[in-house]
Amino acid sequence: MRVGVVVFPGSNCDQDCLWALEARGIEAVPLWHKDDSVQGCGAVVLPGGFSYGDYLRCGAIARLSPIMAAIDRHAKSGGVVVGICNGFQILTEAGLLPGSLLRNTGLRFICRPVFVRVEQTASALTRDCRAGQVLSLPIAHAEGRYWLEEPALRDLEERGQVILRYCSSDGRVDAADNPNGALNGIAGVCNRDGNVVGLMPHPERAVDARLGGTDGLCLIDSLVRAASSATGPALRAAAPV
Amino acid sequence: MVFERIKRWWGAGRPPWQSPKPSPKPLNDPAASASRAESAAPPGLRDRYNLTEEEYRRIVGLLGRRPNDVELNIFSVMWSEHCSYKSSKIHLKKFPTTGARVLQGPGENAGVVDIGDGWAVAMKIESHNHPSFIEPYQGAATGVGGILRDIFTMGARPVALMDSLRMGPLEDPANRRLLDGVVRGIAGYGNCVGIPTVGGELVIQEMHSRNPLVNVLCAGVLRADRLLRAVAAGPGNRVVYMGSRTGRDGIHGATMASAQFESGDEDKRPNVQVGDPFMEKKLLEACLELIGQGLLVGLQDMGAAGLTSSSVEMASRAGTGLRLELDRVPQREEKMTPQEICLSESQERMLAVVSPDRLPAVEAVCRKWDVETAVIGEVTTTGRWELFWHGAAAASLPIRALTDDAPVYERPMKTPAYVQLLQSLPLEMMPVPGDLTKVLLTMLASPSLASKAWIYQQYDHMVGTNTVVPPGADAAVVRIGHADKAIALSVDGNSRYCLLNPYLGGAIAVIEGARNVSCVGATPLAVTDCLNFGSPEQPETMWQFAACVEGMADACRQLGLPVISGNVSLYNETNGQPIYPSPVVGTLGLLDRPGRPDRIVGPSFQSEGDLILLLGPQGDALGGSEYLRLIHHQERGLLPDVDIAQELAVQQACRALIAAGLAGSAHDCAEGGLAVALAESALGTVTPSTPRGMGAVVSLPGAAHLRTDGVLFGEWQSRIILTIQEDRLEEASKILSSASAPWTVIGRVGGGRLTISVAASTSSPAAAPAGRPVIDIDLTALHTTWRLGLPQQMGDAS
Repeated sequence: MRVGVVVFPGSNCDQDCLWALEARGIEAVPLWHKDDSVQGCGAVVLPGGFSYGDYLRCGAIARLSPIMAAIDRHAKSGGVVVGICNGFQILTEAGLLPGSLLRNTGLRFICRPVFVRVEQTASALTRDCRAGQVLSLPIAHAEGRYWLEEPALRDLEERGQVILRYCSSDGRVDAADNPNGALNGIAGVCNRDGNVVGLMPHPERAVDARLGGTDGLCLIDSLVRAASSATGPALRAAAPV
Repeated sequence: MVFERIKRWWGAGRPPWQSPKPSPKPLNDPAASASRAESAAPPGLRDRYNLTEEEYRRIVGLLGRRPNDVELNIFSVMWSEHCSYKSSKIHLKKFPTTGARVLQGPGENAGVVDIGDGWAVAMKIESHNHPSFIEPYQGAATGVGGILRDIFTMGARPVALMDSLRMGPLEDPANRRLLDGVVRGIAGYGNCVGIPTVGGELVIQEMHSRNPLVNVLCAGVLRADRLLRAVAAGPGNRVVYMGSRTGRDGIHGATMASAQFESGDEDKRPNVQVGDPFMEKKLLEACLELIGQGLLVGLQDMGAAGLTSSSVEMASRAGTGLRLELDRVPQREEKMTPQEICLSESQERMLAVVSPDRLPAVEAVCRKWDVETAVIGEVTTTGRWELFWHGAAAASLPIRALTDDAPVYERPMKTPAYVQLLQSLPLEMMPVPGDLTKVLLTMLASPSLASKAWIYQQYDHMVGTNTVVPPGADAAVVRIGHADKAIALSVDGNSRYCLLNPYLGGAIAVIEGARNVSCVGATPLAVTDCLNFGSPEQPETMWQFAACVEGMADACRQLGLPVISGNVSLYNETNGQPIYPSPVVGTLGLLDRPGRPDRIVGPSFQSEGDLILLLGPQGDALGGSEYLRLIHHQERGLLPDVDIAQELAVQQACRALIAAGLAGSAHDCAEGGLAVALAESALGTVTPSTPRGMGAVVSLPGAAHLRTDGVLFGEWQSRIILTIQEDRLEEASKILSSASAPWTVIGRVGGGRLTISVAASTSSPAAAPAGRPVIDIDLTALHTTWRLGLPQQMGDAS
């Protein structure tokens, strides 16, 4: 099983993702945005960065790349797709995940570690985590305020599609620990089947103690296991949390 | 006194130049010089072209005829201070620029040093002061763009950015707007391209209200055998234009940067370029792929003075000529004239020299990255720079006339009148404040000393997954390719020191940079410098410049550090008011410990119970200190001299302790003195997961004749605060004595407070703190003040 990391023009966390995956002993390959196939990868990662400069709107141009049609097919056939930061923005623009990512309430780019709480363990990215587990992960974005209108937001919550929520070091969710004003403190979501996942924090930056922490490892390991087992719809079968 | 030469400039001896020399003549007069009659200058020579009549006559003499308008514009930019270094050149020769590790010294886009195992590091610092004042966001953003291109033209992948920002007081909304715009600009560009901004400095000083300084440093990594130079070699080779199309932005930017501002110069906004970081990212990837495949002969960024400067420099380095068809340059706007195309400073453009048979391969790589290319000319043997416009000659100039024959001045110098006044420090008029805890709080709330998180959290400082020591430390550490080898980087410079004593201030900038990288455990290898000064036509400013450079050069020699690249920014004055002399030094250090990559430390205390050691001398001198400025509103006094042997011993001992795995933390004692350094080491331990942090109980050795505020806040050089586990003190003491570094145990890490007392005698202060504490404060309270200092001033505390 191998994992593909898409390189859009302007992606800048592609090498970091490849490194983080390879450091776990996984075969990871770059996928060029002009390609129209995922080259048989079991999982595809859309990395962070500024695809097409984030001009117009984050992810709005990248979703039109040839590779996106292949990713859509991959997702619809149950394949694992993970969007990190700009990749999350692209997945919402492409309609593979619900919601939008708006400008942070503070109107500034924020780069620092935050705490997130695992809300759902039936997604491709969180199956190796414990429910309620608190992870320290870095964020680095100016447009990360998750937004979804009602009643879709309630529906998202009820179906257990919120996988990560910003919280305090001891797992409390409140406004003080929400770095960007995301609705309900949402830091990551998945689709109804749990195989397509998007999150604003960067797990690939939290896999090495020398860089300040290894809390991203359980996410990377989940992704790999989900892609290898290829069990199909996971979340739909799971009971709502 | 180790710096003997200081006597020539300051203090005991008399300064070398007491009065201005006669009006300057260029040192390198051309053989033929035009008579007055045949070289009557065109109207508006000074205003439009920023050239003197003398310089115009020189041009006519060199050409043997009058230049046409295009040619005069070319001379205007090529002979500008910014491009020609005509006032600074003779002084810059004093810098040592060679060394066993130097693969490329000054004169190229960036300097390059060998770091072993086939790896090399390219490094340079550059200013974007004038544009940032006029349009802070774009000015700073394009500053980042320019320095990134300087690095990747050498074949190096940029791995780290740093910024040195000097702003006016933040009480003034105009200065807040400037700082906000500059930080957003650096963030907007660097984050988008995906190069981490790993550190920097912020200095607040009155004089920067109308003259902010924005200096950006970049370091990149390359395989040493892939080093590419910016040469237009090989007659017949094609000149290939790559990147953004040429517009009318930034025309005469280099000329603007070579003149001082006057009120109302906001009109110069059209001189500022607009950055496109997305294009930069594509250009970066395309260029590195081209270089990786060995497809290029030479590569040069079109920076200041655009196509003109880049093409002339490439031909000059190779000793060739160039023939350029200007109408083939991709243009963004209609009806551009040849001279607009020559002088445009549109961003994200590169000039490559390619052999004809490689052209298809080059074009294919650029197509892959959606980078536009155009063949605009070829390398010739004529030694001339020939421009054609739809087949007709537009200009034809000898390349030598634009480069080597540009005037070089030895500007007159004069010791400034302020010298006498500022040297005296009537300390008796400045009583020791009763509440020194409050003094510490006031100092830590000031933007220069407060936490810079508000700035560096707007920068992506982690992208690349190699930032081992993030911003907020003495030096940042970035490892090379996720491996054990790492580089340390610092930017430093104290302009107040340089005002009070430019020679020593310049020397201290170099010495402190080396100390900063030593504090993380790295061996200093090389420096890059950005020299920000006022107008060289002012003899007092020129005196400051010459003295600063000499101090820096002497310090570099003493420390064995070559200057591998740099930038000079003169005319930093508005309405005749110059900035303080402001050299900014970027220092590169190397950490090369195969198998022991963990032997890197930061400034924060590590474990309760650790002993706190002070390496270096003790005293109470307050001259030039941040304390005097912030508390007594005085910027004056004599700087404490530097004992270079002691400095070297302290730095070496610090590195040895870290290498032996004995030091838990190490922190340079700089602005704010010992008290602020101790506070910073404690403040760094307060994190969301450890909100109480780790305080310290410290007793500083004092004496009856020493001022308590001087012991706490005086700024002696050559001092490092270091922590060691108690049971390893004996091991550490052996290393310390073999390095001949003076040291004292001054306290112990622990508790939730920072408590400092000043002992009456020096006997065993760690065992039993003597005397009543002069500073005693809860760490949480101290942290809140320090953390909120900058955001509160910026009106952005949340």
